[in-house]
Amino acid sequence: MVASRADNSNPARIPALGVRLVALLILSIILMVLDHRQNHLDTVRKAIGAAVYPLQVIVDAPFRLWAWVQEGTTSRNELQLELGRLKAERLLTNARLQRMTALEAENARLRDLLDARTQVRDEARVAEIMAVDANPYRHSIVLDIGQGEGAYDGQAIVDAAGVIGQIIEAGVATSQAMLISDPSHSLPVEVNRSGLRTIANGTGDFGRLDLPFITNNADIRPGDLLVTSGLGGTFPAGYPVAIVETVVRIPQEPFADVTARPAALLDQVREVMLIWKEEQPGEQELPDE
Amino acid sequence: MSSGSGRLPVIVTIILAIMLTVMPLPGWAEPFRPDWVALTLIYWAMMLPRTWSVGTAWIIGIVIDVAQGTILGQHALALCFIVFVTVRFHLLMRVFPMQQLTATVFAILTLYQFILFWINGVAGIEVALVNYWGPVITGTLFWPVVMTLLSGVRMRVQHSR
Repeated sequence: MVASRADNSNPARIPALGVRLVALLILSIILMVLDHRQNHLDTVRKAIGAAVYPLQVIVDAPFRLWAWVQEGTTSRNELQLELGRLKAERLLTNARLQRMTALEAENARLRDLLDARTQVRDEARVAEIMAVDANPYRHSIVLDIGQGEGAYDGQAIVDAAGVIGQIIEAGVATSQAMLISDPSHSLPVEVNRSGLRTIANGTGDFGRLDLPFITNNADIRPGDLLVTSGLGGTFPAGYPVAIVETVVRIPQEPFADVTARPAALLDQVREVMLIWKEEQPGEQELPDE
Repeated sequence: MSSGSGRLPVIVTIILAIMLTVMPLPGWAEPFRPDWVALTLIYWAMMLPRTWSVGTAWIIGIVIDVAQGTILGQHALALCFIVFVTVRFHLLMRVFPMQQLTATVFAILTLYQFILFWINGVAGIEVALVNYWGPVITGTLFWPVVMTLLSGVRMRVQHSR
């Protein structure tokens, strides 16, 4: 193997290598402690993140280009088919929306009767998932909306079918979000049918959530829809989360073994919606004690 | 390498490695993504240790930590350490035959993943074990390819001067 002349001229040890190593190791450890324990380094992260952004855009570019080429080259026939499908879908959605308007009015009336504050509708905006892989140890995604467009830490993310996750780090032009399937993610949910409140934990598997705190005699069965309860304050209430898949009741154990399948296809979506919450829902009023 | 002209190709290979690291893969392949950045840095630290050493490794590590949202300093520390080991033994590694060199790279990559594993453990982040072993195995398998490609880059740089 031929070594470069400049490098091989003096085969002695690289000067001060050990000293530099020790200095850098100590610096790393200080950084890690500051970052992990106190989150002091958000601004540093954002500054470096802005520098990394062009790289992410470059990685993302071929995927965007491919999508664009695909769009441009679909045949007229396919387009017409899709148009027909979309028209049918729109009709269906419109019909449902009409009922929704009536229901919303009814809901507001009933809430008035109950003397509860009316629920303000949440504002939403579409974000695209960049074709960039984030943290290898987590289920996370990178979105093309950052603080510049008003994204904030803890913001809820949904798609057409249900909840996807929440933003954990809003950068300047991009933000990182944790999916509900991440093993360290928990989400307050309620069973739509019975109103039973519980917590849904991620498992590290895109297709499964765990519900560890359901007692053996609780009213829950496979097929039940879980929706966000809005209790944690992060997610607005009423968005579908998952569908209960299995309920195994073990007589001698205090809790049943319940798993659910996320309503959203966590590993297949490309476009998601960010939700801006305007006001806490009325349910949060505590009774006087 | 005192002249600045030789640095650009190296920087380009490192940027390419970072891009391969953040490129999306299908879910099943995710744990088996080779550690492109570690492989690239091992090569340059072995061949040009005076220019590409622990300082470079630390900066690249910080960039990776930010790009991937891992604890700031985690990859920096791990890369720094393995590059130190590589620089320490670079003269030996240069004369190793390919099999022996590949075995050494396997050991270095294992050390790298062990440091990451250890930091995750201290920070209380749970990760499936395959996420540690996958990159070590595929990284070792890809080492001869990476080495051939980077040797090509190095030869071209030196011939053009």
